[in-house]
This record gives sequence, C-alpha cells and structure tokens, in this order.
Amino acid sequence: MWELIGIWVAALLTLCIYSFLYRDNPFYRFAEHLFVGVSVGYGIVLTIHQGFIPFAWRPLEKAFMQQEWIGLWRLIPIGIGALFFTRLVPTHAWLIRYPIAILIGVGSGLAIPNVMRADIFQQVHGTLAPFAQMHAGELGPFQIFGAILMLIGVVSTLTYFFFSVEHRGVVGGVSKIGIVFLMIGFGSAFGNTVMGRVSLLIQRVDFLLADWLHLI
Amino acid sequence: MIEKLMNIDRRIVFILVALAVIIPSLLSVSFPITVSEPTRNTYDYIEAMPAGSTLMIGFNYGPSSFAELHPMAKAVIQHCFEKKIQVIGMTLLAEGATLGDQMLKSVAEETGAVYGEDYVYLGFRPGATQVLLGMGTAIDSVYEADYAKTPLAEIPMMANIKNYEQIDLVLDLASGSSTEWWVIYTNTRYNQQIAAGVTGVIVSQMYPYLQTRQLIGLMPGLLGAAEYEKLIEKPAKGTEGMSIQSFAHLLVVGLVILGNIAFFIQHRQSE
Repeated sequence: MWELIGIWVAALLTLCIYSFLYRDNPFYRFAEHLFVGVSVGYGIVLTIHQGFIPFAWRPLEKAFMQQEWIGLWRLIPIGIGALFFTRLVPTHAWLIRYPIAILIGVGSGLAIPNVMRADIFQQVHGTLAPFAQMHAGELGPFQIFGAILMLIGVVSTLTYFFFSVEHRGVVGGVSKIGIVFLMIGFGSAFGNTVMGRVSLLIQRVDFLLADWLHLI
Repeated sequence: MIEKLMNIDRRIVFILVALAVIIPSLLSVSFPITVSEPTRNTYDYIEAMPAGSTLMIGFNYGPSSFAELHPMAKAVIQHCFEKKIQVIGMTLLAEGATLGDQMLKSVAEETGAVYGEDYVYLGFRPGATQVLLGMGTAIDSVYEADYAKTPLAEIPMMANIKNYEQIDLVLDLASGSSTEWWVIYTNTRYNQQIAAGVTGVIVSQMYPYLQTRQLIGLMPGLLGAAEYEKLIEKPAKGTEGMSIQSFAHLLVVGLVILGNIAFFIQHRQSE
C-alpha cells in the first residue's frame, strides 16, 4: 500500500517538474520548493545524526555520565565551532573571524601540498613521461603521435591563458591552436552532458512506463 | 521554410526528444555495446583481486544522478559478491546515505551476501577532507559505528580492516568533486588505488587523472554501467538505457546538423 502511494507521489511530482517544459506554472514551483525543502531537511537531520551526535554529543555524554573525562577535550572544537553562531548577535559578530581563520588555515594547509602534487606535479609528469618512454623505444607510432599531440595541446592551451604577453605573432598563432584544443574539450564535455541528461530522462520515462503505468 | 526552422518552438524539440525516448522504451529495442578501455581496466582490476580482498565504494551521488550511477553500482557490487570480494560502502554526501544502503541490501538479497561478513555499510560523515584523511590513519576514528549504529569492533569483517592499507581498491561513484578529493587526499597521500564511475557531465574532467594513472579505471555515466554489465554478462538497466539513448543521440545529432545547415543558408541569403 505504502509503496503504491510512493509510486503515485513520485509519478505526479515527476510530471509536475516536466510541466516546466511547457511553461512556468504553480505545479512546477510546488514540486521544486518541495524538493529543495526535503533535501535541506534531510541533509540537516542526517548531519545531526551522523556528525553532531557521534562526534560532539556522545563523547560529552560519556564524559559526564561515565566519568570518561578524556572526552571533555571535545569542548575546544565545539566551542570554536559555536563561535559561528555569534554572527546572529551583531555586537559579538567579530568573533566569527576565529573559526573562519582556523577553517581556512587548516583547509589550505591540508589542500595545498596535496593539490600541488596531484594536479600539478603528477600532471606535468604525465605529460612528459611518454617522451622518456619514446626515447627508450617503448612506444608505438600511434602512442608517439598521442604524446606529441598532448604536449602541443598542453603548451598551446596554457599559452592561450598567458595574458602577460600580447597575443600577436607566434604567441597569437600558438594561442589560436590552444583555442582549437579548448573547443574540442568543450565539445567533448557537451556531448557527455547530453548523454548524462538523456540518461536522467530515460530513467524517469522507465519509471513512469514500468512502475507507474505498467506498460513495459 | 528556413525562417520557420530557425525559429522553431523549443517545445517541439522537447516533444521530439520525449518521443525518441518513449517509443524505443515501449519497443524494447537493443543495440550492441562495445567496451571502452577505461571500463575494461576497472573490470580487469577487480577480476584480478583474489577472494577476500576488499573494495571500498563511495556512493557520492544523490537522487538527481542515480539514473546514471545506480546501475553502475549494482553491476560492480554483483561482480564483487560473486568473486567473494568484501565490500565496504560509505558516502561523503548526505543524499547518498540512503541510496548506498538500499543498493547494497538489494544486491546482497539477490546474491545471498551476508552483512558483516561480505559487506559493511558505514554511511555518511560530514567533512569530506577530514573523513578521507582520517580513514588513512584509522577507519574507526571516523566511523566508530556503521550506518545501523553497530560498533565497528563488533563487525567480523572489520576485524582486520583498519585503514587504507587493507583496502585493495576504492571505487568512487561520483556526481560531483568527490573523485578529485579521493585522488588528492587518498591516492597522493596514501598511494591508494582508485577507480571512478562518474556522471556524463564530469567525465571529461577525469581523463587527465586516467592518463597519469592516478585513476586505474573510469566508467562514464550510463555507458559505463552498460559496459560493465556486458563484461559481467548481466545486462540490466544500463544496457536497456544505452539502447534507448542511441535514438536520442541520433535525434540530437540530426537537429544540430539541421540547425547548422539552416544557419548557413540563412547567412548566405542575407549576404
């Protein structure tokens, strides 16, 4: 019974959302607001149950109820986190700078070395490594072509984003090649986006035809 | 005629796309699927893992992307359970918590996998970076209990799994930036092997990681699901979806060509 009600609710909300394709209407807005509200509510409840309770509430509860005083150190991060709420009191709003400063400091400290390694050093290595293999005679003609093409793509695309020199002459020519690579990249991203969006439509149509209308 | 074509009501295009999806759905048509190298690499890696190995799956997607990633999750989990590979499920996204739980339970029911022995679901913890880094030291420092609030110490499968050293592969099923987080914090710092299954929208961003082998494999959207279903010889929603998708793609390509022809004719006429 509950499953049937769930299917009907899901089917009607799906139709409400797709009604936007005709034009904006109250049914679409109702479904949209419902979705946003449910998502936010669900996220808050889950964050309380899976974050606040195990990491903050339970250690403090243990500390006070079972005299496991080691749990009291959690009061420090909880206290720092609670400073976010000083935003609600204009006279003490400046205190919010402390948790934000800690968050940015820790976040940057964790991210910068790892991002440098993963997104810069490894990518530079990945671009140049095939040339070492080429030198050692380990690559076939197609792989050599791929390695050269990739290097041209990287250099020309980076040149396009290098704005300290006017894009004229050789630099202008190379940056134009960069535009070609960028366009191919955008084309690939667009093609994959079409595939992704059509997949969502297929799933909804499958749900409506199979689970709701039992036509397939 | 050209004028009409250039000013066609967009709702006619919507109807055409809807028909391109509904008619093949009703007729149950099917097209052959060829397997791409990145998907095959993921399959080969899992296929080569011995029984008793451990795969961690990140269900990092919400209901808005489950059409692409759920079939993929199902195919991989079926493969793992058949090969007696232990599966640990988790998510960095609140919306993914229920989806991961449902998926593991439904495949376990089909295959007879036992909770706590063949698979465990850890659920969601907020703070993605801290979760990924914390699991590198000790999984139970982040997840002291599973999704059903059973302490990890009481789960037999977790007795010998303490951190990434006991995890043979991480598969991230992502609709957002989570694959980048896994690569940046887990592959770079802990040298953890990572494969990814991502939505079509973000797949282009993942290819640089594939080329540098920071990802050992990559499954692109519904196509990745269909390819994996072919490899495990269990055609399901991914395979069905890709056959229907081909019709929609033909329509989109046709409309793009038609639009361009009309544009150039109009341009020439105005000259």
